[in-house]
Amino acid sequence: MGKVKLSRDRHIQQRTPTKVDGAISAAMLSSGIGCLVIGLLTTGAVISEWLKNALNWWNPAGPLSGKTSVGVIVWLIAWAVFHSVWKGQETELKKTFTISLILIAIGFALTFPPVFEAFE
Amino acid sequence: MIHSAREFWTVFHGMVLGSLFLLSFSGVMVGLYSLRSDLLTPRGVIQRIRLLKIGTVAMAITSWLTVITGTYIVYPWYRAKPPEGVSNLLDYPRSYLLSVPNLAIFHTLGMEWKEHVAWFSPILATVVAYMIWRFGDQIADHLTLRNAIAVFFITSFSAAAIAGLFGAFIAKAAPIL
Repeated sequence: MGKVKLSRDRHIQQRTPTKVDGAISAAMLSSGIGCLVIGLLTTGAVISEWLKNALNWWNPAGPLSGKTSVGVIVWLIAWAVFHSVWKGQETELKKTFTISLILIAIGFALTFPPVFEAFE
Repeated sequence: MIHSAREFWTVFHGMVLGSLFLLSFSGVMVGLYSLRSDLLTPRGVIQRIRLLKIGTVAMAITSWLTVITGTYIVYPWYRAKPPEGVSNLLDYPRSYLLSVPNLAIFHTLGMEWKEHVAWFSPILATVVAYMIWRFGDQIADHLTLRNAIAVFFITSFSAAAIAGLFGAFIAKAAPIL
C-alpha cells in the first residue's frame, strides 16, 4: 500500500513542471527580502545607536515602529519591482523557493535575542 | 471580566485576533494538503480552492490586524516608562519584568523576539493568500508549487505561534491592566 502511494506520488512529482510564472517567484522572493530586512534592522539597531534613533518613527512604540515599517515598505517595493520584471516569464520554482527560505531563515535568526545580543 | 480599555485591547489582540489566526491554521492546512487533482473530482477542486481563497485572505487580514494592534496599541502600554518615584511597577510591565530577576527573561528573550518575529507572519500569510488567489487553479496539478506554498504557510504560522506563546507567558507574568 505504502509502495503504491510512494510510486504514485513520484509519478505526480515527475509530471509536475519545475518552472512557474514569474509572479509566483516575485511574491516568494520579496517576502524573503522583507523578513531579512526586519532581521537586519533588529540587529542593526543593537549595533548602531544612530540607526536605533533613526528607526524611532513613533515614540510610544520606539524603534519597533521603524524596523517593521521599513521591512514592510521594502517588501512591497521589492514585490512590485520583481513582479513587473518577471510577470509572464517562466522562472525556476525550486531556486526561488530555496533562496527565499534562506532569506527568511536569516531574518528569523537575526530577530532572535541571543543572536543580536552577541553584537552588543 | 474586562474592566478597562487596556484589558479590552489586550484580549482583542491576543485572544480574539491571535487565537483566530492560530486556530484557522489547521483548517486551511488540511485544505491545502488535500488539494490534489488526482484525489478530488473537478468540482471538489473548485470548491476546495474557493474555501482556500476565503481562508487564506481571512488569515492574512487577521494577521495584519494582530500585529498592528499589538505594535501600535498594546506595546506602548507594555513599554511605558514609570515616572520618577513610582515604586509599584505592576502598571509598567516591561519595567516590572526587568526588576524581577526570575521574570526578566520574559522581556529579554520573550518580548524582544516576539515583537519582531511576529511581523513575518502577515508578510508570509499575504504572499500565501496572493498565490492561492492568483494561481489556485494550477496548484491542484502542481505538487511542488503546492508544497512550496505549504512551507510558506507553516513558516507564517510558526512566527505567529512564537509570538502567541510568549505573549501568553508575558500576559501571565505581567498583565497589562
